[in-house]
Amino acid sequence: MPVFYGTDIDSALMLGTAQYPSPKILEAAFGASKAGIATVSLRREQGGGGDFRALVAGLGAQILPNTAGCHTVKEAVTTAHMARELFGTGWIKLEVIGHTDSLQPDVFGLVEAARILIADGFQVFPYTTEDLTVCARLVEAGCEVLMPWGAPIGSGRGLMNEYGLRALRAEFPDQALVVDAGIGLPSHAARAMELGFDAVLLNTAVAKAGDPALMAAAMAGAVRAGRAAYLARPMEPRDMAAPSTPVVGRAFL
Amino acid sequence: MSRVHIPRIHILGAGVMGLVVASELASRGHAVTISDPAGGPGPHACSWWAGGMLAPHCEAEAAEEPVERLGDEAAAWWQAHTGLVSQAGTLVLADPRDRGDLTRFARLTRQHRRLGADEIAALEPDLATRFRAGLYFETEAHLAPRAALAELVRRLAGQGITVTSEPQAAALTIDCRGLAARDRLPDLRGVRGEMVLIRCEGVTLSRPVRLLHPRIPLYIVPRGDGYFMLGATMIESGHRGPVTLRSMMELMAAAWTLHPGFGEAELIATGADARPAFPDNLPRLRRRGDVIFANGLYRHGFLLSPAVARMLAEHIETGSQPELMDEVIP
Repeated sequence: MPVFYGTDIDSALMLGTAQYPSPKILEAAFGASKAGIATVSLRREQGGGGDFRALVAGLGAQILPNTAGCHTVKEAVTTAHMARELFGTGWIKLEVIGHTDSLQPDVFGLVEAARILIADGFQVFPYTTEDLTVCARLVEAGCEVLMPWGAPIGSGRGLMNEYGLRALRAEFPDQALVVDAGIGLPSHAARAMELGFDAVLLNTAVAKAGDPALMAAAMAGAVRAGRAAYLARPMEPRDMAAPSTPVVGRAFL
Repeated sequence: MSRVHIPRIHILGAGVMGLVVASELASRGHAVTISDPAGGPGPHACSWWAGGMLAPHCEAEAAEEPVERLGDEAAAWWQAHTGLVSQAGTLVLADPRDRGDLTRFARLTRQHRRLGADEIAALEPDLATRFRAGLYFETEAHLAPRAALAELVRRLAGQGITVTSEPQAAALTIDCRGLAARDRLPDLRGVRGEMVLIRCEGVTLSRPVRLLHPRIPLYIVPRGDGYFMLGATMIESGHRGPVTLRSMMELMAAAWTLHPGFGEAELIATGADARPAFPDNLPRLRRRGDVIFANGLYRHGFLLSPAVARMLAEHIETGSQPELMDEVIP
């Protein structure tokens, strides 16, 4: 199970809390999946989302506030401080959006904001691209967790650069790595875990499913299966058939 | 059939729920009075800012089952009580790059048919060549909320029922105060919505159009005389302050996407309020002695108030416990 900044988490599935048809269905999704972490935004709620925050706090998952919707370092830092006050946690999922259409992170602003927040005592979970150099800068800044995207937020396209994610795992064996964004199906989530990632974070794939609770349970199963497969040290694929029972000595006609 | 004793009934709140309850009970012969500290319907009630779409099948995309079934009663009720319903269906469109959202919407809803470019052009000539695929919910309807509320007030006045600012003593009180009833209903929360009213001579639409977008879903409802209502954001917040620049920009950008002619529209008004909602976003009737709460209509004030009022009337008349009544304290 993942360990983030010294805290053990019960599940490698992290779920966002946006876009569900109702708070009741949001609760059902967390109940069915036993997701370990709930991310929550507060940029648009203008301090008026107290009821919703109370509801998220009651989901039974660790709260990870985010800076979703922030486009500048200053906005992200201000939002992080607001989150620390409202939720009483130094954890912050740091998003600095650089491109409106793809919601691609502004990695320059991201590194700068991470440095500022870590100096302010935050424990930063940066939403980043899978770029090795950017990730090295984030680790240098003090990030113990890296959250590269699988694909653009909400696109459901799965792991667009599996080679890059694999390289990231090899480059940073001691960092907790989370695939954040782009997961559309349980098979995507399982694949990320098979690559040795510590967790996956997703939202739209569950919230916008016809039956969010059922999809949340499917994601939880996929994450468990993928993690177990990684720990079990899977076989390597080969080109030739290799019979699993001996053929020598059997009659053939 | 024997009926339980029917008392004089007082209704708190002259938003859509209160006025529909008053109209429904009065039409069934009950002696009702209605009060609202702000007087008649107005900008203090979130129904003032509503879209007025009577679209039970579209709403099924994100709402639980009762919304579609109970919402089916709405158009007939509003037509009978106001005569102001437009029965023109709903058109659902998506930008070609978001066609996955259209597929998803079609999978989660019923009572629609798929339209190609020519059929879209036939329904809404101004949208010709702009969209290649859409969904048409032919049986859906819409109304202009403020005109409909005014018509209910007018017809009630014709029966000698006017909205007073002070509550009146009665044997039975129906509490339709919306989010203000949080003092008695702690599981009620506010869901912020923002809207923009524009006037545009260059574009004509005959029916509500929904533009699907992964982040900024928009509906645009023609109000006649070149007026259009753009709505509405859904933010988990009870904050009732003015519309934000971001929300307005998103609504306007979506309108522009629907038709660039909206770029020349005049901005007439903006509005923002918080919708009252329970955790499952479904309405509730709750009886506590001689007070019955009718609340939590969320984004379905015009769509579900007729069914809620009918259930309330049946409960008063027969003592039955309707499906939305989750609490009865004698």
